Amino acid sequence: MHELAVTENILIISDKYARESHAVKVTKINLVIGRLSSLVDDSVQFYWDIISKDSLCQDALLVFDRRPAIISCYTCSNQYEIDNELQPCPKCGSPDIFVQSGEEFYVDSIEIEK
Amino acid sequence: MNAIRVPIVEKIFSANDQLAAQNRALLASKNVYSINIMASPGAGKTSLILETIKGLKDRMKIGVIEGDTAAVTIDADKITEVGMPAVQINTGGDCHLDAVMVSGGMKQLPLETIDLLIIENVGNLVCPAAFDLGTNINVLIASVPEGDDKPYKYPAIYRGIDVLILNKMDLMPYIKFRPEYFTQGVQMLNPGLTTFPVSCTTGEGIGEWLNWLENQVKKNK
Repeated sequence: MHELAVTENILIISDKYARESHAVKVTKINLVIGRLSSLVDDSVQFYWDIISKDSLCQDALLVFDRRPAIISCYTCSNQYEIDNELQPCPKCGSPDIFVQSGEEFYVDSIEIEK
Repeated sequence: MNAIRVPIVEKIFSANDQLAAQNRALLASKNVYSINIMASPGAGKTSLILETIKGLKDRMKIGVIEGDTAAVTIDADKITEVGMPAVQINTGGDCHLDAVMVSGGMKQLPLETIDLLIIENVGNLVCPAAFDLGTNINVLIASVPEGDDKPYKYPAIYRGIDVLILNKMDLMPYIKFRPEYFTQGVQMLNPGLTTFPVSCTTGEGIGEWLNWLENQVKKNK
């Protein structure tokens, strides 16, 4: 995925809220990322260390709250988790399903000092 | 010093989404119908765009924004050769187009005179799915030789599309492609998705796609 663009946006959002809160330092950034987004945490951390330098967010800890991909079956109401490949309902075989969660992709909160 | 928690809950690409909304509003104000074409490299994006221009150029004015990872103008040249305004956007190695790049590209096109704007995204099934460009619809071109497992492996892109074009249907006899397995994957992610099986080589199915698209453009006027 486009980890650099993701990391830049995380910095812009965190920095904006830190300034509005008159922070002197951001210590932690809590991210919520669903399993269905193909984000590579290590790459984000790698870019983060470079681009957050000399900002309010320098040395802030990135915390990834990874949400599982939960699928619900319309036919038998079974709920199941998928890891890599999408699958029809393992209980009744129906492809009539919907994505319950796993598409989350947001900055949840930051922790600051002031 | 105590750590203070500041709640945010903001989508990581909210800035892109806001700019996409501006693009959408600008295009609507000029009565331009716009489509974002995504696909893996080699699925036939440029071929389909050329077929679309060929089929519709006497009935409407078409503009094209070409996204490429490098400064090669092969695709844009093919479009200007058929007499339509085309803008090339070099993403500088980036794997996708975003709303900022498209906004820049739109400024170079005579939008007042354009009925249909076609945006050719960078060939990639992962990244373009995350970036709204502000178009009326998102179109994915899948091609038979890529395999019937693509919806299962790239669910995100299948989730966010309005139209699916299945290209290279003429190769079906030579390839192990199970249409029912492919369709099942698509249906799981995007039930009832409008789909056009086509071949840019033989022309099969292109007429149905053109009729559908022409209707959409007319409805937008």
